[in-house]
Amino acid sequence: MRAGQKLGLILLLTPLLLWLSLLIIIPHIDLFLLSLRERVGVRQYETGLANYTTILTEPLYMITFARTAMMSILATLLTLLIAFPVSYYIAKMARGRARSVLFLMCLVPFWVSELVRTFGWMILLRESGVISGLLQWAGLAAGPVEMLYNDAAMMVGLVYTSMLFMVVPLVTTLDSLDDAVIEAGYDLGGSGPSILREIVIPHAMPGIVSGSIVVFMLSLGNYLTPTMLGGKDSLWFTQMIYSQFIVRFNWELGAAFGFMLLILSSLIVWAMLRMTGQTLEKTMG
Amino acid sequence: MTTRLPDLECDALTKRFGAATAVDDVSFTVPAGSFFSILGPSGCGKTTIMRMIAGFLEPTSGDIRIKGRSVLDVPPNKRPVNMVFQHLALFPMMNIADNIGYGLRRKGMAKPEIARKVDEALDRIGLPGIGARRVEELSGGQKQRVAIARCMVLEPDVLLLDEPLGALDLKLREHMKVELKALQAAFDTTFVYITHDQSEALVMSDNIAVMNAGRFEQMGTARDLYYRPQTAFVAGFVGDANRWQGRVIRAAGEALEIKTDSGLMLRAASPGRTLAVGDRAEVFVRPEAIRLAEDAAQLSHFDTQISGHVATILFNGAASRVIVTDPSGAEIGVTLPQSGEFAHLTRGAPVHVGWSGDQGNAFAATGR
Repeated sequence: MRAGQKLGLILLLTPLLLWLSLLIIIPHIDLFLLSLRERVGVRQYETGLANYTTILTEPLYMITFARTAMMSILATLLTLLIAFPVSYYIAKMARGRARSVLFLMCLVPFWVSELVRTFGWMILLRESGVISGLLQWAGLAAGPVEMLYNDAAMMVGLVYTSMLFMVVPLVTTLDSLDDAVIEAGYDLGGSGPSILREIVIPHAMPGIVSGSIVVFMLSLGNYLTPTMLGGKDSLWFTQMIYSQFIVRFNWELGAAFGFMLLILSSLIVWAMLRMTGQTLEKTMG
Repeated sequence: MTTRLPDLECDALTKRFGAATAVDDVSFTVPAGSFFSILGPSGCGKTTIMRMIAGFLEPTSGDIRIKGRSVLDVPPNKRPVNMVFQHLALFPMMNIADNIGYGLRRKGMAKPEIARKVDEALDRIGLPGIGARRVEELSGGQKQRVAIARCMVLEPDVLLLDEPLGALDLKLREHMKVELKALQAAFDTTFVYITHDQSEALVMSDNIAVMNAGRFEQMGTARDLYYRPQTAFVAGFVGDANRWQGRVIRAAGEALEIKTDSGLMLRAASPGRTLAVGDRAEVFVRPEAIRLAEDAAQLSHFDTQISGHVATILFNGAASRVIVTDPSGAEIGVTLPQSGEFAHLTRGAPVHVGWSGDQGNAFAATGR
């Protein structure tokens, strides 16, 4: 019987273990080894940290690295600011049918691929696009207005792409807040902002943090949106990884870039958890 | 009553939700420092009244006055009224001291002053030194007391309690009844308590309003409601009662003789109400008003006497009950005296029961 249970457990765990080892652990080990390899000549390699020193000494790499991190944090904050009222409305104010419809409306954009969604933004924002046309028609702009290929357009795309991943955990945590607790806050003399600060936000903190972590990771690792909506100044770190691997065929440096990104995201997530006093178990559990 | 203004007055209070009327023209006055209960079955509109007083609902018409001043246009966070919620609604994200101090912080009181008041309140509810604990570490009864302290530090004119004992187990509920009454006396604040549990209302209240379908059926002291119910609903809802439908055979002023549909002949009174011969009537007789005897001679002074058999004995300590069936099959619940006299009573034993006519309460039957 015990042996049978053990076999059952192993069988149940097999897909997960296969997934983890084949797709995550083994490639990462290989990438790590690759990143430590220096090319000294044609098909001649040595082990060393040259790839990492290249990154640290080349200003373009470091600036792009820091810029990607800052922009991702900004995108996360903006997403949180926009998603919080939306989630609050869905969780606490909407009732019955309206609630499911609103939730579905957040989900619907994800039925089409990210590529198509991003093209949607291009149709809206480009020089000959809908918004530009509208502005000209209303007489607010003299000529065609180009709104694509800058940081703002890219930010719009990033926030739009990540919205659902912030709304879902927020709705879940806000939903678990008893309405009577909010009423008790009013009853005891609290005003709207003070209840938000002292009751609603502390309660929603696990949702805020888990949503932020997911959105931050998605933004940091996003390739499509910065490439399509961003301009020539909006270089994203993932684009550099792509160009090292595919364009330059410099797998060694690309692998080192990949590891830098992994370390960066881990550090920022750790800092975020420390700052908010949350633990990974609490937010993901 | 004193010349003090009543703490709470509701005047022709009405609330409609669409076509449904939840509260229908309810007026009452709660004198300062008293314990007032609204007792009614669930869905009778008592929670609606409470939410209107607290300010979470706006009355369709009527007025609410606290210490003589109308509070209709005062938002809930400015009303001198606080509420203990059904599930207490303590703030789980704060510790006990912060929970109790919440209202004081909102008033902008200085920190040392808040700390002093919170300690005072904790002493008052008999839980000193638990300020740093978290809400989920407390037991049900402790949470209850903290919820009351959280309101009482604000010194409200009226404290509203919305079935706060509902979530507690029976033993604790019995204990908290006594304790709530003591807390009310200690704080000397007006309590308005709503419940569907008659025993809570009877034990604690100075005055009780029995509510049904959006209206007050009767308002009075616990004794009034219990001994002198004015409507059939009150007679049936407050306390246990045998209930029979029948027809009036003979009427002499308020004393009636009634034949029930099952064929029982019994006497009853209808104080303050007139019932004529031939009227349909509903009769209520409390199980403890009925005497049980093994010898019919012991009941000779009662004007209603019935002989029958023991159908069931429902043993429940002091609240034990015997169900007696008369030859026609009608059931009569009788309180079993615990003096030992009936200790050997068994199923099927022949017994006699009797009561005096003024213990039977007759009302004109409604709805048929």
